[in-house]
Amino acid sequence: MTQPSFLDLIGSGPDGWGPALAAGAMMTILIALAGYAIGMVFGALGAWAKIAGGPIARGVAGTYTTVLRGIPDLLVIYLFYFGGSTVISAFGHLFGASGFISFPGFLAGALAVGVTSGAQQTEVFRGAYKAVHTGELEAAIACGMSPFLRFRRIIAPLTLRYALPGMGNVWQIVLKESALVSITGVVELLRQSQIGAGSTGRPFDFYFIAAMIYLAISTLSGALLQFSEKRFTRGVRRG
Amino acid sequence: MDFVFLYETFVTLISAIPTTLQLAATSVAMGTVLALGLALCRLSGIAPLDWFARAYIFVFRGTPLLVQIFLIYYGLSQFRGVRRSMFWFILRDPYWCAIIALMLCTAAYSAEIIRGGLLSVPHGQVEAGRACGMSRFLVFRRIVMPLAIRQSLPAYSNEIISMVKATSLASIITIMEVTGVAAKLISETYRAIEVFIVAGAIYLAINFVLARIVVLIEYRLSPHLRQAPSLQPVAAGEMK
Repeated sequence: MTQPSFLDLIGSGPDGWGPALAAGAMMTILIALAGYAIGMVFGALGAWAKIAGGPIARGVAGTYTTVLRGIPDLLVIYLFYFGGSTVISAFGHLFGASGFISFPGFLAGALAVGVTSGAQQTEVFRGAYKAVHTGELEAAIACGMSPFLRFRRIIAPLTLRYALPGMGNVWQIVLKESALVSITGVVELLRQSQIGAGSTGRPFDFYFIAAMIYLAISTLSGALLQFSEKRFTRGVRRG
Repeated sequence: MDFVFLYETFVTLISAIPTTLQLAATSVAMGTVLALGLALCRLSGIAPLDWFARAYIFVFRGTPLLVQIFLIYYGLSQFRGVRRSMFWFILRDPYWCAIIALMLCTAAYSAEIIRGGLLSVPHGQVEAGRACGMSRFLVFRRIVMPLAIRQSLPAYSNEIISMVKATSLASIITIMEVTGVAAKLISETYRAIEVFIVAGAIYLAINFVLARIVVLIEYRLSPHLRQAPSLQPVAAGEMK
């Protein structure tokens, strides 16, 4: 029996893992997008608490960002995956189910990635809000805008504009963090490569192609982010 | 809250702290040397060196660390040449594979930090050094390097902290550092939340101490930013 070549492995022929790897890459993007969306919510709430909150809200948000930026992401994934299973099993016992009910890996992974990236997103949003000129806010008040209108028309668009570079960084971090979700058994890109490596005995080929796919995704999304940054800062004078 | 269990977990996890610190310290130390080389390649003005460093940084910053670890630990063993080479005793050891992967990864991130530091040295300082008759190497050693280190310290402390966090990935290739021991405890006891609290507190403490140490070093290295210690006023009559 001859060994299939590298191109056979990544193609869609009889020995090919191409479709499986593509599905894995889609799953990776899905996890990253879900985690990123959750992180945006946490980030917005955290920034709001830090900017406009009372002492308690500020304390909670401060603890949140300090703790989540100081502990490894892997530990957070373990917490959500195993901790979630424990909580669900306990609930199951209440309703008469027996045994261990496992928490869905995708949900645990997306939540864990979301909560950790939310801590970074908080700082990004807070910094961007600070960059908004007070003169613009005063002008809005002088025009008689209500607080909600002020937020919708002035604060939100300007904050998002200043936050775009930082948000792009967080997206790249989230994309790479999504590889850790493979430990929960979700068949994303890295898990799929592990399966392929295990069944063909060609670990280098599979991890190499996985690395290249990650690189391609991050490069493409980086270019997209740079384009949108250019587009949304059209009105800003440079230099 | 079961304090006895928390205490027992704490005692178990403490024994794993040295492994975490060793992984982080070794990879950061070796990574810094590599990063300095890469940063100098970027600034050398020699096109092939510059492009090599650019490609290296692009690849290692664009791929997940876990993939890099798997590529080195599982991937390299695919080749018979590697298995028969004199380096096999290093490459079959998960501990060294983790250190190599962490080192290569941190070098890519640190190279950009160091490059920024080197670029921030004002040109006048270099010219002054040259005017004093220093050789290029002496200027680099006495003027550029110390100023660059001081400039890049804050960013470097972030990198060190993220390396401490990254050592947790070594647990996936069977190394029993803090996260590895914590995962084992969780799967034995099913008490994820308690174990998480203790392990998280340990990481927070390590990172807090490291951040304080870097702040202290920064303080020592920047006396010019502080007010000079005021001299004791001396009455005219007491002057000798």
